[in-house]
Amino acid sequence: MPSLLFCGPKMAACGIVISIWGVIMLGMLGIFFSTKSAILIEDVPFTEEDIRNDKNPPGNIYGLYTQVGINCFIAAGIYVAVGAVSLCQVRLNKRQEYMVT
Amino acid sequence: MCSLLRGEEMCLAQLFLQSGSAYDCISELGELGLVEFRDLNPSVTTFQRKHVNEIKKCEEMERILGYLLREVKKADISLPERDVNPVAPLPKHIMSIMEQLQRLEVELGEVTRNKDKLQRNLLELTEYTHMLRITRTFVQRSVEREPLQAQYEEFPFLEKDTMLEYSSMQRLGAKLGFISGLIQRTKIQAFERMLWRVCKGYTILSYAEVEEYLEDPDTGEPSKRVVFLISYWGDQIGQKVKKICDCYHCHLYPYPSSNEERNDVVEGLRTRIQDLHTVLHRTEDYLKQVLMKASESVYTWVIQVKKMKAIYYILNLCSLDVTNKCLIAEVWCPVDDIPTLQRALEEGSRKSGSTVPSFVNRIPTNDAPPTLIRTNKFTSGFQNIVDAYGVGNYREVNPAPFTIITFPFLFAVMFGDLGHGAIMALFALWMVLYENNRKLKNTRNEIWNTFFEGRYIILMMGLFSIYTGLIYNDCFSKSLNIFGSGWSVKAMFTEGVWKIADIRGNRFLTLDPNVTGVFTGPYPLGIDPIWNLASNRLTFLNSYKMKMSVILGIIHMSFGVILSTYNHLHFKKKYNLYLVFLPELLFLLCLFGYLAFMIIYKWLVFTAKDSRLAPSILIHFINMFLMQGDGMQPLYPGQTGLQVFLVVIAVLSVPVLLLGKPVYLYWLHNGSNRIGMYRGYERVRRNSEEELYLMRAHDMEEGSGHSDLSTSGERPTEEFDFGDEFLHQAIHTIEYCLGCVSNTASYLRLWALSLAHAQLSEVLWAMVMRVGLRMDTTLGVLFLVPVFCLFAVLTVSILLVMEGLSAFLHALRLHWVEFQNKFYSGTGVKLCPFSFSLLPSSFEHDGLL
Repeated sequence: MPSLLFCGPKMAACGIVISIWGVIMLGMLGIFFSTKSAILIEDVPFTEEDIRNDKNPPGNIYGLYTQVGINCFIAAGIYVAVGAVSLCQVRLNKRQEYMVT
Repeated sequence: MCSLLRGEEMCLAQLFLQSGSAYDCISELGELGLVEFRDLNPSVTTFQRKHVNEIKKCEEMERILGYLLREVKKADISLPERDVNPVAPLPKHIMSIMEQLQRLEVELGEVTRNKDKLQRNLLELTEYTHMLRITRTFVQRSVEREPLQAQYEEFPFLEKDTMLEYSSMQRLGAKLGFISGLIQRTKIQAFERMLWRVCKGYTILSYAEVEEYLEDPDTGEPSKRVVFLISYWGDQIGQKVKKICDCYHCHLYPYPSSNEERNDVVEGLRTRIQDLHTVLHRTEDYLKQVLMKASESVYTWVIQVKKMKAIYYILNLCSLDVTNKCLIAEVWCPVDDIPTLQRALEEGSRKSGSTVPSFVNRIPTNDAPPTLIRTNKFTSGFQNIVDAYGVGNYREVNPAPFTIITFPFLFAVMFGDLGHGAIMALFALWMVLYENNRKLKNTRNEIWNTFFEGRYIILMMGLFSIYTGLIYNDCFSKSLNIFGSGWSVKAMFTEGVWKIADIRGNRFLTLDPNVTGVFTGPYPLGIDPIWNLASNRLTFLNSYKMKMSVILGIIHMSFGVILSTYNHLHFKKKYNLYLVFLPELLFLLCLFGYLAFMIIYKWLVFTAKDSRLAPSILIHFINMFLMQGDGMQPLYPGQTGLQVFLVVIAVLSVPVLLLGKPVYLYWLHNGSNRIGMYRGYERVRRNSEEELYLMRAHDMEEGSGHSDLSTSGERPTEEFDFGDEFLHQAIHTIEYCLGCVSNTASYLRLWALSLAHAQLSEVLWAMVMRVGLRMDTTLGVLFLVPVFCLFAVLTVSILLVMEGLSAFLHALRLHWVEFQNKFYSGTGVKLCPFSFSLLPSSFEHDGLL
């Protein structure tokens, strides 16, 4: 079976660090978007029509907020997967180190 | 006591070592690493010293060890990673170590030479095989075809002629000779041309390239070679061809005259090559075995030889006393460690089996002792950054314990971001938790070592940055709304100030805090999060940060001036307190302390209601100096009178600072007609006039120093030079007064860097992260993943590394220049104790260990 190892020890460690950071930060961003924090208004993709043609203000904007929040959670989930892959790589690297010496 | 604040008390001590036990005693001292030896034979060259032979022996052993280590490294054998610390071997064991090393060297040399010879042999045989194989194709080609169509590679126009030549030559009875061999591919063209020019058609050259790369026996590099076959007529031509081949460094091999001979030779070669391969294998195995055995003990030997050499070096520094029976050494030793020193000497004497013990004797001195400040792993980082500017004078106040707090704080004021501070703190925490990990400790990478040595500094910087991030309310350029904002937009509508049409018609609207309900009170901790949404955010923050920087600067500088009192009191110069410290402090506080007071007063007294009438601090400050401004509204009643008073005091303190000390000292020395006892410190290095002048002036300051150094009558009385003293004090006054102004302005870098950091952070978010977040297509959500990765990488590289280094540098500068020039002279010498663990190893330097 061909080796599943495709990155060295340092790259795998970087992968783990970025994944942990990504999970925590994107998770928190998701929570803040879901609670519709005002500070993040610039990051929500709204347009003039959303505000003007809103039947039930500020429903449109709230909808966009939750959408971006869900996006953030999905990205956090993907980073969990990336973190798991990096962890496997780290374990494989350690095993290879023991076998060589 | 108080070692970190001031440095240890040091003394000069004499060690009387019995000749028999001197080696062991010094070995004990080397293990302890307590004292610094002074050179008692400064006029003796290295070659005239007593133990020069032993040092030569040690160096010879080091040479052999270096050779061994290089061979071990070439063979890729890893040295055992043990924490061995063998003691220095006794002189009688040196011979056995030397013998072992020499034996190893001889053996290794022989084996390597044999291996090289065998490899060279193998190479020749391989070349011969190639040559035979390829020339076979030449002959076959020429035999297969008709002579008329013979393909001679390079002289096609000579075809007919050569045939004629061949038959005519045969008639003449000239012999056909062959020379075959190999030549480098790069040289074949020149070779051909040379042959043609010299032999003009009496030779025929055929050549073909060898497909594989062959190793060059001399350099060991693979190169391409070409097999050639020269056929010639006549002996004379043969000689010329041979000479030309020599010239071009060809490897010539005998050409077999018939096919049977050729086959025999090929068979023979094949068996010989196989044999050689086996022998080479065996040789390599043997070599590896020898090296492995050597590598087990080579590490121990390296340390032992290093320690031995160090001990002999120290023995060279000692002098023999008159009875020639014991050695005298002079050492600088901390006073608290004299009992330990005594115990070490007793231990050394006991080990060597000597009956007469060695002992230590403290002697008085006028030299300035070196400074020793004991630090632990936490304080050593901060002490290092202070020492980088200058090691403190003996028993001068050490800024390091204060730097432990002020340095991370000033860094954090410039770095101020919660998210970045948290990442920095986590990184430092990882380094601190894994500090005993051998791999982290022993890397050769310089940059990593620098970060690792400063791990506690980085941890403090990160923690303080988290705090200032909370105060600035900045986390990856976004504010956190923890407590609920104090501003309310709704109130503007309920009070009827704004209408819906106002929002449609205006791009920007201003919240008016004077309207009821808009401003419900200040945010409990830090800056209100609503400022993150405001467009005039920078106007507000700039004013706040500039004033904060000036206030912090004035506090820091006043603290520095107050620290100088410690020095004045310790060196027992009370007159400095009244004539130097007091005017300095009054000048600083009356002018800039008053500025800080005005800033805080305006913050406290003027509210949103009075915002139209709030005075400009700058205008008031300028008017204070110009003694004008009666037409303006005062900040508080009695302001003009108070300001005049403060300016007068500040101006009066300048001549006191300028003239007070010189005049007082003049009166002290001449007016009371006293012969001042010269108890100054003598500098060992007297290079220039300026240094002499500074030294004498400094001596004046250190005048009535320590009472335990009584050298009454030994030294000539020192003339008090009023001119020198006055000049020195004038320079100090000008430096201080102008420095106050410029240094206060220099602290504005706290504002500048924090602004730069906040803006960079905001730009990074807006240009990177926002692009990812604003994606609303269905697959666009996956775009957020690489965008975040890019954001993370840029945050670490630009905001953490670049901005971190920048803020570190500026905080360091503020400490070194603005803080330390108020009280620190930093012209001392550090104690370099004789310690085996601190000795550098030349092998580590070459990367062999």
